[in-house]
Amino acid sequence: MSTPAPDVDLVQLLTPAGELREHPEYSPRIAHLDAGDLRGMYRDMVLVRAFDNEATSLQRQGELGLWAQSLGQEAAQIGSGRALAPQDYVFPSYREHGVAHTRGVDLPDILKLFRGVDHGGWDSDALRFHLYTLVIGSHTLHATGYAMGVQRDGLVGTGDPARDTAVVTYFGDGATSQGDVSEALVFAAVANAPLVLFCQNNQWAISEPTSRQSRVPLARRGDGFGVPGVRVDGNDVLASYAVMSEALERARSGGGPTLVEAFTYRMGAHTTSDDPTRYRTSAEDEYWRQRDPIDRLRAYLTSIGELGDDFVAALDAESAELGRRVRTTVRAMGAPSATTMFDHVYATPHATLDAERAWFAEYEASFEPTEQAQALDRADERPTVGEVAL
Amino acid sequence: MPTFEQFRLPDAGEGLTEAEIVAWHVAVGDAVTVNQTIVEIETAKSLVELPSPFTGVVTELLAQPGTTVEVGTPIIVIDVDPTGTPAPAPAAPAATAAAGSGTPTGTTTGTTTTGTTTTGTTSPAPAGDGDAGGAVLVGYGVGGHAARRTRRSAGAAPASSSAEAPAAGPAAAPASAPAPAPVAAPQAPATPPSAPDAGRPARHALAKPPVRKLARDLGVDLDSVSATGPGGIVTREDVLAHGAETEPRTLATYPGDDSPWLASGAVSPDGRETRVPVKSVRKRTAEAMVASAFTAPHVTVFHTVDVTKTMHLVTRLREDREFADVRVTPLLIAAKALMLAVRRHPEINASWDDAAQEIVYKHYVNLGIAAATPRGLVVPNIKDAHRLGLKELAESIAELTGTARAGRTTPADMSGGTITITNVGVFGIDTGTPILNPGEAAILALGAIREQPWVHKGKIKKRWVTQLALSFDHRLVDGGLGSRVLADVAAVLANPAQGLVWG
Repeated sequence: MSTPAPDVDLVQLLTPAGELREHPEYSPRIAHLDAGDLRGMYRDMVLVRAFDNEATSLQRQGELGLWAQSLGQEAAQIGSGRALAPQDYVFPSYREHGVAHTRGVDLPDILKLFRGVDHGGWDSDALRFHLYTLVIGSHTLHATGYAMGVQRDGLVGTGDPARDTAVVTYFGDGATSQGDVSEALVFAAVANAPLVLFCQNNQWAISEPTSRQSRVPLARRGDGFGVPGVRVDGNDVLASYAVMSEALERARSGGGPTLVEAFTYRMGAHTTSDDPTRYRTSAEDEYWRQRDPIDRLRAYLTSIGELGDDFVAALDAESAELGRRVRTTVRAMGAPSATTMFDHVYATPHATLDAERAWFAEYEASFEPTEQAQALDRADERPTVGEVAL
Repeated sequence: MPTFEQFRLPDAGEGLTEAEIVAWHVAVGDAVTVNQTIVEIETAKSLVELPSPFTGVVTELLAQPGTTVEVGTPIIVIDVDPTGTPAPAPAAPAATAAAGSGTPTGTTTGTTTTGTTTTGTTSPAPAGDGDAGGAVLVGYGVGGHAARRTRRSAGAAPASSSAEAPAAGPAAAPASAPAPAPVAAPQAPATPPSAPDAGRPARHALAKPPVRKLARDLGVDLDSVSATGPGGIVTREDVLAHGAETEPRTLATYPGDDSPWLASGAVSPDGRETRVPVKSVRKRTAEAMVASAFTAPHVTVFHTVDVTKTMHLVTRLREDREFADVRVTPLLIAAKALMLAVRRHPEINASWDDAAQEIVYKHYVNLGIAAATPRGLVVPNIKDAHRLGLKELAESIAELTGTARAGRTTPADMSGGTITITNVGVFGIDTGTPILNPGEAAILALGAIREQPWVHKGKIKKRWVTQLALSFDHRLVDGGLGSRVLADVAAVLANPAQGLVWG
């Protein structure tokens, strides 16, 4: 079983039992959050989990090709996502449904990719949330390059909170073994790029435990590159928020990159194609179930009397309604027009691409209508009763 | 009205084609809600619980626990409107569509197919969403598979005009988008199109890659295999069955065995050639001969022998009352002579088992007799010929050749032979180098029997003379053994009394 290595501090503001804990450095960063903010975080986490469960069911019903669950990682995602400023730019991997939610992605849109009807699903430029990247770790380099661009645009260290921009890349513990991540650390460090490398250590790279990814805590992986690292309890939404706030502030102010290791747990399977019971124990599952991020915040809000029955009931209804909406939206997603594949190849008009698009449209038009279409045509041509009588 | 929805087995992993039903968590008559676990399945990757996509009442379970089901196959029927009033008489064409779902259980008869389903489950249209393709990559029914499309004929194509209009892209695109067949399409065609079963005849065979490899390994031409899979795909079983049919050693029958093969020929336009598809007996003969000639190294030994005494014996036996109702020929004596030779040299009555790397020595003789029939060469055999007396052997030969000439030889008659005689002499031929019947180690050719000048008792006399040839599989029969067998046959034919000594 994976347990926190003893030689690195774990930032925790809310214990698994839901008790608030003082931290000299990070407690001040959540001091401004009121009960409404905490309920908002709670609501986000519950909705994302409901969405995640619905998507899992939809995959099991043949409506999605694949699904990667975020179950158990809601606190790390909602906490860090809520710390972002509107101008910050995020490069996710493929499990960041909670972060997507905080960036304003309409959750069903995420499923276009997993249904295979779209390469993305949202306007990444408008939402400042890049498309999901399925290739492990490659996007950490994209994020580094983007951060260096932000730096060159003069959007770092101006002191204007509406202008200073941080770039965040989300990746997992398994990705840290990819060369791309090390390269990203090198470039981010030497360029002093406004980047936060947010690693959700969910203990398992599919079936490979973290112990077989690294001999040192992942938070210390940045040391040799000159990137400061911090380990946060990823199942503690408040600590995740606080640690992320600090890292973002450092990036925006010109203080350079930070590696955040959010220590969490993938409570579900790697994807719907995976069966975790084959490689991990039920005792381990149970250990982490006791540390469920939603239970923790619920316990705290209940203890301070800020989780009213009305709120809970309304949230239950909202979750159920979200599930229904996801279901109907997904089932109605049709296949895209084939020519949409040309739409986002270049940002600007491109002569060669236009010629290829025209050729392809002509080629498509050269086919006979499908049998289905022909059948419908025949139905239209069928004589009416009156005509037959004549 | 009751509205029945089918839930098809999805691909719960990536690219899985089938799964085993482990256990149902619901029974017929149970109420279920959306996302309630209804069944546990085991895929190649994991044990998975499937949630119900519908709320309603379970009407039918279509797959039993323990069975393996292909992705896309309906596994459960759920009535999503159980409180509704029964439907009026269902549309007639739709009734046939329910064939796959069996008889309705527990509810009003004939309502199984009523209602419009959101997942398009009751339409048998060949271009349906998923089952027609067979090739599942991920999930199923996602966006609907486009139907197989054909190019417009050259003249009718509007292609040239659109080429001149550079901005034609948007105009052409909507019409040509590959019919997304939205999953929720409410108006499936009321009557299924009566188009011929798409894709079965005259198309390149559809098969999954492992099946293609199997066919290649077995040397089976996929296009010649009749497909039984969904949407006309060739399954593994189809290939194996076809392979078994065409396996030369099993001598299976072919469709069309009973029709003359030449009748199916096509005359070339100039009338100078006729092309006949290779099939039926001709095909089997070719396969058997190729299999034999190129696996067993053949050696043939020859012997010319004075069979005058055999001819006298034949004449005598024909006058014998006991043989009055059977036909006595030199072939009969040759068959008996071969039996005697096999008895003295049982190692000749064997076969080479290449797969097991063993030689199989038979303690019985199934004597094959090559018979020319109107439809070609067949080689039926006489079972346990070593047990038969001369008269019984004569009767068996008569029965066997009669059956063959009548075209009624069965595969069983032709299988299991251990050694064969071919009587080329009936064509007036002196001898030949016969090719072994596959799976046998020796074949005896009996040539024409002619009166010839022959040195007999020191003088040149007119004698009945024939040539014998024995081909054998040199893998298991050495020249010495083959020669001794032929010499023994010749000795009996030269002096049938020798049979008393060896019999």
